[in-house]
Amino acid sequence: MTTTDLGPLRESAFRFLRRKRLVSLAVPATILIYFTYIFFSFDILGLAERARMDNAVTLASDSWSYKTHVTRDNRSGELAYAIEGERKGTYPDGTRPEWVSDAGEALVIDLEDGHIITFLPDNGVSYVIPGYGTFEARLVDGRIQSNLGDTPPEWINASGTRVAITTDAGRLTMTRSKTEVFRYFPGWELFWFTLDSPYHDHGFVSLLTGPQLDPERSNLSGMWEDFWRNSMWRHADVAWAISETILMAFLGTFGGAIIALPLAFLAARNFAPLVAVRFAVRRVFDFVRGVDALIWTIVLSRAFGPGPLTGALAILVTDTGSFGKIFSEALENVDDKQIEGIQSTGASVLQRYRFGVIPQVTPVLLSQILYFFESNTRSATIIGAITGGGIGLLLTQAMQTQKDWEEVAYYITLVVLMVMLMDTLSGWLRSRLIKGKGN
Amino acid sequence: MTDQTLSGGISLNDTRRSYAALVQRRRLYGGITVLIFILLMVGGFNIADERNAGGFWNGLGQLGDFPEGVISEAWEKRGQLSGHMVTYFGALLETINIAAVSTLVGAVAGIILSLLSTRGLAYWPRLTPLFRRIMDVMRAVPEIVIALVLIFILGGGPVPAMIAIAFHTAGALGKLFSEVAENADLKPVEGLESVGVNWAQRMLLGVMPQVAPNYLSYALLRFEINIRASAILGFVGAGGIGYELKNAMTWGQGRFDEAAAIFLMLFGTIVLFDQISSHYRNRLTKGDQA
Repeated sequence: MTTTDLGPLRESAFRFLRRKRLVSLAVPATILIYFTYIFFSFDILGLAERARMDNAVTLASDSWSYKTHVTRDNRSGELAYAIEGERKGTYPDGTRPEWVSDAGEALVIDLEDGHIITFLPDNGVSYVIPGYGTFEARLVDGRIQSNLGDTPPEWINASGTRVAITTDAGRLTMTRSKTEVFRYFPGWELFWFTLDSPYHDHGFVSLLTGPQLDPERSNLSGMWEDFWRNSMWRHADVAWAISETILMAFLGTFGGAIIALPLAFLAARNFAPLVAVRFAVRRVFDFVRGVDALIWTIVLSRAFGPGPLTGALAILVTDTGSFGKIFSEALENVDDKQIEGIQSTGASVLQRYRFGVIPQVTPVLLSQILYFFESNTRSATIIGAITGGGIGLLLTQAMQTQKDWEEVAYYITLVVLMVMLMDTLSGWLRSRLIKGKGN
Repeated sequence: MTDQTLSGGISLNDTRRSYAALVQRRRLYGGITVLIFILLMVGGFNIADERNAGGFWNGLGQLGDFPEGVISEAWEKRGQLSGHMVTYFGALLETINIAAVSTLVGAVAGIILSLLSTRGLAYWPRLTPLFRRIMDVMRAVPEIVIALVLIFILGGGPVPAMIAIAFHTAGALGKLFSEVAENADLKPVEGLESVGVNWAQRMLLGVMPQVAPNYLSYALLRFEINIRASAILGFVGAGGIGYELKNAMTWGQGRFDEAAAIFLMLFGTIVLFDQISSHYRNRLTKGDQA
């Protein structure tokens, strides 16, 4: 019977537990302290003040709806009807929306739900607002005279030179130069055809089965042409931008892989001819990776100018570094037996690499390349925003004008679809290539 | 006996011939694939070259001009370089903070999403496909999209970038995390369940200790990536060192010393954090017996 003194063991066990408890307490505490610091450093409190909730509302409502403007020039009395007030969305002469009608000299605009705006002769306007009454105003000698009391409701903004009424049904603004009505509709306007196309305002089925609308072209080819050349949504340009982004990712990823493969042999321990060469090539990879795509983009865009090539080269250079590192690690893990087997048949060095090494590393390499290709599609969107190419550029431009949020929503949808498509494609290819065709 | 036959009456020559034909066909297919690939590369390059403002071959000669200009100017004003570094240190810290916070927030969200979308662990087992799709979408949205939208609403600064990166990180880490969690041993979870512990405790005490090293290693890798992302987002207006770099660049010649200082700091930071993170990742994945 041996007696062991359990005292020190017990002591050390307790010490271990104490330390563990301390760590499990210290980690959350540190994170909490860090977040407190971030709370003040990022000025989260000030954020609430700076946030423009009205912008958020515009964005949210504008991205899925559109408005049609009915405008009267108060000097010439000319009337114009335009979707989003854009020239490209203007109704051709002699046509107008069906919710606008004449009543003698006046023009009646029906905003539905009982809201009716009437453009009266001599620069007058009246607005029947259910639950409020009738608003009337007239432009006399450059001043707007209205029937508003001293304290108009908050949704009416009125002064001597400008009146703006915003209701759920629409919006009326009157200034010295023009009187304008907005009527809102859900959806993306003129997405398929612009107003000047004969196919506008026809159902898809009736276009396919109905009579030929344009004597020059069959319905199907005409529809395609008018859709593709839609001046409002520019489908052709957008498709081109998407392919440009994918092109940047493709050229960058595969170009980088092609350059990195031979260099990786120089950087792999079991293939490098000299330790010095291996060291040097590794440092080059590290440098290229460390400089980062952002800096490469800036440096390259100075030399090559803005455009997709610059973006492709920026991805190429950065990825050469990443691929070089991954490839050389894969090469260091190859099995020597196959190479020896090939060597025993009297194969040259190149043949040894081609038949002994490459087949071993191909699955790893290909799956990495495809994985990078997919993630580079995303990067190409960002790089495109910096160098000016592809869908990234379109997206930033549409955002900076702060006007066409429905276009922004359209581009975002396309970008997400594009990335998910590449994701699926590369996943499918990877499983085919690695697990073999039988899957 | 010159003609050798295998059992079944197939002559060796036939076998050899069919093998040769197979090899030939394989080579043909391989050749066609390579040819298509080369055509795509060359064609794609030419298209990109055409659409670019400056041509590739012209640009190649000017490639060194900008770095040369920056370096020579930085060398002339090398005395001010350290001063600039002090000036922009705050911006650099902000970039790192954006990356750190978004990695933390993204990792926490990723853990929750991953547990909800792993078979055998999910709280609502029927909803696992839904959470997987959510993660797919989160990964697919490029950071710049969310950042630009949030800049429009919240104004410039670090918060839009932070949210944008955290959103993407949650999706990316969630996927990797759930792959790890799928391989976790369910016995501790069952043991905990048998003593009547609730779901959150089962995850925290039964799953987390098993997967923590892998999770940490992925989170560290993500932190590296997020530093780069946060610098890039700064360039589009989300604050930090990227924003300062953009300003220094737009001022152009004469202020290149500031650009040089920022380049150096950014490069140093990226390399430093790469080294730290790869050191700890090695320790985590290969185990630390130290």
